[in-house]
Amino acid sequence: MSILEYNGSGVVAMCGKNCVAIASDMRYGVQQTTVATDMHKVYKMHDKVYIGMAGLATDMQTLVQRFRFRLKMYELREERKIKPNVFANLVSSMLYQKRFGPYFVEPVIAGLGDKNKPFICAMDLIGAPVYTDNFLVSGTSSEELYGVCEAMYRPNLEPDDLFETVSQCLQAAVDRDCLAGWGAEVYVICPDRVIHKTLKSRQD
Amino acid sequence: MGDIGSLTTFDKSGKLTQIEYALNRVNQGKTSLGIKATNGVVIVTDKKVHSVLVDADEYHKIQSITPSTGFVYAGIGPDYRVLVTNARKSAQKYYLTYRELSPVSEVAREAATVMQEYTQSGGVRPFGVSLLVAGYDHEGPQLYQVDPSGAYFGWKATAIGKNYVNAKNFLERRYNEEMELDDAIHIALLTMRESYEGEMNENNIEVAIVSKPEDNEDANFRVLTPQEIKDYLEEAN
Repeated sequence: MSILEYNGSGVVAMCGKNCVAIASDMRYGVQQTTVATDMHKVYKMHDKVYIGMAGLATDMQTLVQRFRFRLKMYELREERKIKPNVFANLVSSMLYQKRFGPYFVEPVIAGLGDKNKPFICAMDLIGAPVYTDNFLVSGTSSEELYGVCEAMYRPNLEPDDLFETVSQCLQAAVDRDCLAGWGAEVYVICPDRVIHKTLKSRQD
Repeated sequence: MGDIGSLTTFDKSGKLTQIEYALNRVNQGKTSLGIKATNGVVIVTDKKVHSVLVDADEYHKIQSITPSTGFVYAGIGPDYRVLVTNARKSAQKYYLTYRELSPVSEVAREAATVMQEYTQSGGVRPFGVSLLVAGYDHEGPQLYQVDPSGAYFGWKATAIGKNYVNAKNFLERRYNEEMELDDAIHIALLTMRESYEGEMNENNIEVAIVSKPEDNEDANFRVLTPQEIKDYLEEAN
């Protein structure tokens, strides 16, 4: 059993037209046992930067606290909100600092950068980033997610269509994974608003 | 060996004498000045060498810290070198973490922090320099002055070193908020000439500008070549 599979999760981010979506399942499990169905894995850093984390739940929670600390310090010093690409690099540095005793999380970052340009980024547990302009996935359901996203993704989707696509991809993928599922939540980040919905999903 | 305390201590009237003395030293140093324009910043310094044998090409007072920020000073050259090295290392550390260039205010603040530490740490003396930090970032062009105490201020235009009082008066009269970089360079050179002993030419001053070439992402700090200075000087005549 890999430590990254101890809790179970499925996280996906997608780029649309002037918007990005990030979504995750909501299962909190301890190996085969499901302990809770309301666990958030996607966290808001600020209005235009969100991070979703797959992997060991305790490390995810600690990292969220650490990110919030660094972000508050950044905002106080620099008197501005951090850009998603800069935040991604911060996450990468923080993970690599623990290169020989890592945090067991594989984060996915989604946000709107300069001029509201969509930005997504995912990395491994030691901070190796990958940037694309289509979609990125993470978690125990990552392989299922790759398949579904590859099939269903189209570029330049409007927010509502992007929402539908992300939702269908996430649901279909986590349904095939016994360690992920039990609820889902989706965020679609647009320049002027954020659509946040919890999906009605199979509770098994 | 015992733990050494600070050498910079208060006197009865509340002054930190060492810092006062450091400022005195700065005011004996060669003049440097800076002007912020709407689209950039210019800094100028007196680089008079005291012997014909000195190889002036190898010696630069103005130093860049990031591609879009630079320093110049008045005071003790070697102390300045330490601050430049420190600032460059700080800026690179910032880049390693954020993969973005350090904002100008950060560069100024970090230099100020170091300078303040040397007024409170054990066994050290304050830096005998005042710095002018010129840069361009997301908040536009900026000019900061950092003093030996660690105090720092943003300026529209300022001068440090010998004759700074006269230079600042001159600047106060000539500065206007709508000045563009070319005008600022012109005024900077005129101001420098006011306090310059002897003949001022393209070889005994150093000029640097930071500006944004078009609306192209990064601003660019660069030292002007002697030929460019010569051209500006001719225009100023």
